[in-house]
Amino acid sequence: MEQLKSLQVVENEVIEDFSMFDDWLDKYEYIIELGKSLDNYPEELKTDDRLVKGCQSRVWIDFKVEDGKIWFNADSDAIITKGIISLLIKIYSGRTPEEILSSDFSVVEKIGLKENLSPTRANGLVSMIGMIREIAAKNC
Amino acid sequence: MKPEEFRKQFPILERKVYGKNLVYFDNAATAQRPQSVLGLWNELAVNSNANIHRAVHRLADEATEAYEEARSCVREFINASSREEIVFTSGATASVNLAAYSFGEKYVHEGDEIIVSECEHHSNIIPWQLLCERKHAVLKVLPVDNDGYPDLKTLDTLCTPATKLVAVTHASNVLGILNPVRKIIRICHEKGAKVLVDGAQGIVHSKVDVRDLDCDFYVFSGHKIYAVPGTGVLYGKKELLDSMPPFMGGGEMVGTVKFSGTTFAPLPLKFEAGTQNFTGIATLKPALELAGQVFQDEELTACSEAVKSYLGEELKKTEGLRLFGNEHRSCDKFPLFSFVIDGVHHEDLALILDKMGIAVRSGQMCAEPLMDRFGVSGVLRVSLAPYNTMQEAEYFMSSLRKAIDMLR
Ligand SMILES: Cc1ncc(COP(=O)(O)O)c(C=O)c1O
Repeated sequence: MEQLKSLQVVENEVIEDFSMFDDWLDKYEYIIELGKSLDNYPEELKTDDRLVKGCQSRVWIDFKVEDGKIWFNADSDAIITKGIISLLIKIYSGRTPEEILSSDFSVVEKIGLKENLSPTRANGLVSMIGMIREIAAKNC
Repeated sequence: MKPEEFRKQFPILERKVYGKNLVYFDNAATAQRPQSVLGLWNELAVNSNANIHRAVHRLADEATEAYEEARSCVREFINASSREEIVFTSGATASVNLAAYSFGEKYVHEGDEIIVSECEHHSNIIPWQLLCERKHAVLKVLPVDNDGYPDLKTLDTLCTPATKLVAVTHASNVLGILNPVRKIIRICHEKGAKVLVDGAQGIVHSKVDVRDLDCDFYVFSGHKIYAVPGTGVLYGKKELLDSMPPFMGGGEMVGTVKFSGTTFAPLPLKFEAGTQNFTGIATLKPALELAGQVFQDEELTACSEAVKSYLGEELKKTEGLRLFGNEHRSCDKFPLFSFVIDGVHHEDLALILDKMGIAVRSGQMCAEPLMDRFGVSGVLRVSLAPYNTMQEAEYFMSSLRKAIDMLR
């Protein structure tokens, strides 16, 4: 497995990626592509305890811990939501719980996602981040 | 009048979102308000703000007059027999809750039955569920067929002598078809059951005559018919309202108050406890006047029909699109379309359309049982008003196609 870049480096890379889009359409197309690129998520893992509460669409987050690092997988029935969770996974998967908890998740605002999503969606985003943090906290 | 001309009365329709012209296709959630409504609302707040019915001073007179004029206007608009039959509330939801509580207290006992249809808004389900729990009564469900049309044959057997009331919507906020409420009322009355009609959507799209319908209750919200939010109406037949106990206790709804006992004010004030949203309720007058003009304007009606037909046909042509609420026998469809599209989530569509300046609804539409009936997690809903133009409909269709391409 390739050596993972530090969390901060990845966060900055994502911010840079997004700064290339000056049009919301391109940004959404990119997010949709990210959604389509997510690993297959097994149907049997679409359980209530993996469901993120507070999203209009359904989002499930599963994880496993290996060598002290947390690996996430997720799915959603809405593709834009799936793209967003995919982006979060790209950044936060394969990190130690301490690393995850050290992030302020401001990357989300810096790439202009929060203000670009409808209020209910913004709540969804907050809930997704909340669940990732909760998983990290439980596995410290 | 053409829609292009009519819409000039609605200042908000001038605005832009994300630099694009706003296309407001979420009228079933709330309609926009014309200048006449906004003007009166502002005028009352700025110039005539005083609590109604209570004081002898000039401002109170003006405020009371505006409020009571609205009552006369509502009476006329739905052709109720008297002003006493018009109770003001904060909205359709409050009206149903009032009716369910007060009617239930008097008439519903253990083992009695209430019927609601499968296509009701949550506001016309939950108050009855609560009543049934409180009274140990039974809530029964009138199913709808695949087109969303209530099954009248089933109603005939479902409704029994134990049925005290049937609560049914004049028009579903998901299906956009006007239900055959007159027939429903006749069937229920033959069995001795009262009928409450939820007119939240129906009042906007058809001329309502409560005496002709012979409904026992009719409820609606002001904000869906051009008035401001926090305004609503409960129409009830006078003898029925008279026989029911009050819902809430408070100021204004009393005759005399003694610690040994209280007597209540006559109708309709008996049901209007506390300070009402008097500034808002007054706007029902200009709002209903406008709605009345819309019904009579043949050119505007013809334009709305044309836009509706165009949208209906174009949507049906869209690949993988499943429309709910199909025109059926003699039931009119109004310009409201709810649908799902294969392989595309309704919420994603709404999000992309929003970026294109188009306001539509996505989700369960406060009608979860109906979503379950059709086996979907939600729908996309477009709902039009007479100020929506053909140009907007065309822009919507091309935007929808673009959004689908992006998402598939
Ligand atoms: C059919 C129907 N009934 C009841 C309601 C509830 O109206 P309100 O929220 O204004 O009380 C609505 C509004 O969404 C509706 O569409």
